[in-house]
Amino acid sequence: MVSVPDARSFGRGKLAAWFQRSEAARGYALMSPALIVLLIGIAVPLIILIAMSLWTRDGFGFDMTPTIANYQRAATEPIFGTLLTRSFMISGLATFITVLLCYPMAYYVAFHVHRNKMLWIVLMTLPFWTSYLLRVFAWRVILGYEGVINSAFLSAGWIEAPLEFLLYSQTAVVITLAHAWAAFAILPLYVSLEKIDKSLLEAATDLGDGPFTRFMRITLPLSMPGVIAASFLIFIPTTGDYITPALLGGPDGVMIGNLIQLQFGPVNNWPMGAALSIVLMAWIAALALVFLFITRKAKDHLA
Amino acid sequence: MTTNDAFISIRNVGKSYGTFRAIDSVSMDIAHGEFFSLLGASGCGKTTLLRMLAGFESVSSGEIFIDGQPMSDVPPYRRPVNMVFQNYAIFPHLNVAQNIGYGLRKLKLPRAKQDQMVDEMLDLVQLSGYGKRRGHELSGGQRQRIALARALILKPKVLLLDEPLGALDKQLREQMQMELRRLQRAIGITFVFVTHDQEEALTLSDRIAVMSGGAVLQVDSPSALYEVPKTRDVASFIGNMNFLDAKVTGCVNGHAHLDVQGIGRLDFPSAGTTLTEGDKVSVAIRPEKLVLHDTAPVNGSKAIAGEIALTTYLGERSHYQVRVPGCDTPIAISTQNIRMHKPQEATIGRPVWLTWSDDALIVLER
Repeated sequence: MVSVPDARSFGRGKLAAWFQRSEAARGYALMSPALIVLLIGIAVPLIILIAMSLWTRDGFGFDMTPTIANYQRAATEPIFGTLLTRSFMISGLATFITVLLCYPMAYYVAFHVHRNKMLWIVLMTLPFWTSYLLRVFAWRVILGYEGVINSAFLSAGWIEAPLEFLLYSQTAVVITLAHAWAAFAILPLYVSLEKIDKSLLEAATDLGDGPFTRFMRITLPLSMPGVIAASFLIFIPTTGDYITPALLGGPDGVMIGNLIQLQFGPVNNWPMGAALSIVLMAWIAALALVFLFITRKAKDHLA
Repeated sequence: MTTNDAFISIRNVGKSYGTFRAIDSVSMDIAHGEFFSLLGASGCGKTTLLRMLAGFESVSSGEIFIDGQPMSDVPPYRRPVNMVFQNYAIFPHLNVAQNIGYGLRKLKLPRAKQDQMVDEMLDLVQLSGYGKRRGHELSGGQRQRIALARALILKPKVLLLDEPLGALDKQLREQMQMELRRLQRAIGITFVFVTHDQEEALTLSDRIAVMSGGAVLQVDSPSALYEVPKTRDVASFIGNMNFLDAKVTGCVNGHAHLDVQGIGRLDFPSAGTTLTEGDKVSVAIRPEKLVLHDTAPVNGSKAIAGEIALTTYLGERSHYQVRVPGCDTPIAISTQNIRMHKPQEATIGRPVWLTWSDDALIVLER
């Protein structure tokens, strides 16, 4: 006779059995390393930042009495509003240009490259293997008064004096940001385009859509998740960027990030810096929601 | 059929991919209102031919005419055809009504008229009330109906169907077959249907083109394909067939004398055939056209003697494999179980005799 082993002898106590059976428990166990990092790396600093934004600078220390004076300053002094608006304008424009330029590239690889797609993607991201700082400096070389573009145009006789708007201007910041963040647009755009079932495009053609109508009614709406992801991935970090405006922006190109950096650096007003960071974050969140809302509406309308 | 009443005329159409010839100079005519099937194993070129009709593949040589118009320079979105795709290709970002009404936009009809047409189509495919649902909330059969409605709403001259029933389970497939036939009769437009399922093709079609290796083997009605296949390939592709090797030993008075493996001498009317002395041919007979006997026929009629090698009991019918001395392969017989099946009748090794009526035999070139 074959003896059937007692089922209970397989588990090591009730805890192990529960762990075996509960999908949620195993899920949390798998998530816990990331959760811990998120908690320590994001939640804690955020709480500190919020707390600090309610303090006041007191010489080289802090007056820890809670006050919303920093927020009042941020709302009333025109410099903050101006820089905030300008930051949104610059990074919005940079986001728009990046997505617009990267969409055709991603589209080409998704629909017209049939072999070595990954190689194409890797080649497209190749410039991003160098450091961000290096790329920003490279743009200085290209856009500078005696840079590549100006020297070329001068020697060709197209211009008499170097084009001044190229460097130390908002244009320079937009150009540099659009290039520096291209990889973050190409990848999500490519993924969402690649996912589109080719038979849907054939079905649209079959039902009477020419290439342009088909793009507007099928390809664009179906790649919208990629467009949204790319826009967020670029808009959110570029709004707070301070390296590019510091190196290429000149007085016109200063952005809110530079001001925040100043508060934490030379000005040494950490509470004000913290308040500005929070304001920026709230604005970005609000704008992101509006953007999501608009794209959803637009998608329904396109359909 | 003459070219004059052909609604779709395929003239010497070929398709090459580099050096590979996917379709090799195919010609056929399809009449108006016909349910026409392209039948073949995968890779035979049937889908390529359908996609050439739709305009998704260019024609490498030859020309396709639809309603008298050459199609080579007409892009797919201007052709008077619509297609039901194999995976249905339901637009995931649109609801059912938007999917069905998709093609109406270019017609620039008033909104109310469009809605009315969509409602009519939903009725036609029996999906009234499903207009607001999304594609992923629907079953395979429902998705299939939407794909059908979406194509039919544009009132195409030809509806192309690319294995539309392949993804459905058996019961639903049979139900949709009836549905398709009903729809086709009701609206009277030409259907070109691609399938690898011979039973489906036989059930649905007015005529079938059997394709293999990029060529058309035979175009005929389902019964003609089954009863009088013109080649061995067609005979073996459609249904089951027993082939017996035979040799023509002489032709006298309009009869060919054949020496058939396992049977011996047989006379066969040679009028209208090209049989000549010395030809090696195959004598073919369908399994269900053989009659199984327990004893040798007494009146001296021709019979094949053999013994049962394998029995498969299928309920309504039984399949037998009978080993015949002088034949390399056993002969297959299928009988209707009109009496109660007794297991002892199926004993392996039991001697049996097979008879047939003369018109059940077909002589094919080997």
